[in-house]
Amino acid sequence: MNDKIKIIAGLIIFVAICLSPFFMGLGSDSNKGPDPVISETAKKKGKCILEKTEMAKQHMVILDQWRNSVVRDAQRVYTTKDGKRFDMSLSNTCLDCHDNKKEFCDRCHDYASVTPYCWDCHINPKEVK
Amino acid sequence: MNLNLLFSLAAILVLGCVGYFVPNAGLQMFFGVILPYIAVLTFLCGVIWRVMKWAKSPVPFRIPTTCGQQQSLPWIKQNKIDNPSTTTGVIIRMFFEIFLFRSLFRNTKAEIKDGDKISYEWEIFLWVGALAFHYSFLTVLVRHLRFFFEDTLLKEKLFFVGIIETLDGFFQIGLPIVLISGFVLLAAVLFLLSRRVLNPQVKYISLAADYFPLLLIAGIAATGLWMRYIERVDVTAIKQITLGIVSFNWTSIDVMKSVSGTFYLHLFFICTLLIYFPFSKLMHAAGVFLSPTRNLANNSRMVRHINPWNPEVKVHSYESYENDFREKMIEAGLPVDKES
Repeated sequence: MNDKIKIIAGLIIFVAICLSPFFMGLGSDSNKGPDPVISETAKKKGKCILEKTEMAKQHMVILDQWRNSVVRDAQRVYTTKDGKRFDMSLSNTCLDCHDNKKEFCDRCHDYASVTPYCWDCHINPKEVK
Repeated sequence: MNLNLLFSLAAILVLGCVGYFVPNAGLQMFFGVILPYIAVLTFLCGVIWRVMKWAKSPVPFRIPTTCGQQQSLPWIKQNKIDNPSTTTGVIIRMFFEIFLFRSLFRNTKAEIKDGDKISYEWEIFLWVGALAFHYSFLTVLVRHLRFFFEDTLLKEKLFFVGIIETLDGFFQIGLPIVLISGFVLLAAVLFLLSRRVLNPQVKYISLAADYFPLLLIAGIAATGLWMRYIERVDVTAIKQITLGIVSFNWTSIDVMKSVSGTFYLHLFFICTLLIYFPFSKLMHAAGVFLSPTRNLANNSRMVRHINPWNPEVKVHSYESYENDFREKMIEAGLPVDKES
């Protein structure tokens, strides 16, 4: 059999697919990373419910726990380590200080191509439809 | 314990220690940027080299394995998929082989029963495990494209990545959403490994080259799950590194230092797999396309296949022989076809 042409064609397609991220990424400066903006309201408050590094890692877990706690147990109060109490609410508590979803939440989520399904149910109070 | 298994385990442990501890000793640049380039280059060149070596191998005649009735008289029903005589049949056969592992589906196991009777039983679990493993691995691979393309491109053109991720997280368990493929991948690879460890017959024929890739992929899957569900690494920093690699515009060393050792371990295992791939049994990924026992039509009784690189043979037909020696033959009284 002489299938060299077919084999080489297949190899070229394979190599092109493997290298496609390099072709598409060439010359881009997307390695800079996102720059989420802390809003003025949040800056005035000074402190979130956890430390910044903890929030970066844990915010989705906390939101999940809050949802389960509110929906299943009707338990709506979150107490921080230093005794402060917060209403468990994404739209009212989180977005109250972080009133800039576009510059805060979306910056990192978009950069990492994460599509959280918070907004399937919740709305951003600041967002005019 | 089996020496082959022990050797593979030791190799994984050594590689794991290197991948976890060494990058944090100030070698982030090497393990996070240079090694991935070396790995991708080795992988691609190695695959091309292996495939071209196969392409050069002579396949002068049709050697398909026939698993059914071949084309014969019109009243004998041909098995058109398992014994194809046309290109269409071959394409269908290859499709089933590549996408559904048809030949593995027929896997049997031999057992001695009632003391002296040998029995062959259909054994489907190897096929189930293989199917789960390969498809979950493919899903995981496609999902990882989100680290190698910018978001706008992913949303506009490569939307299948998002669709696959949504389907993968169909059950919407927890946050970050549990993506089933990762767990299926780890479970399937551990099942395939347990088969080689627990089944004495399979263990007997297993080599280090069988255990090592399974353990390596288990390591990749485990570190991946660990990063997503337990350690919760900084995804934006990791995407800065990966996008930096593909754009040849590397991210700052501070970002590279901020990422945890588990990421470097994961990356190091993947680089090992990429470098190991072309020189191992994992090349069955390309080999499945090039198996002459599968990709040739069984038409040996319809078409005369002449070896294309046969040298031209100088023949001396009887006619020309007689022309050369006619007079001498007549002289000796031998019968000839044509008198002078």
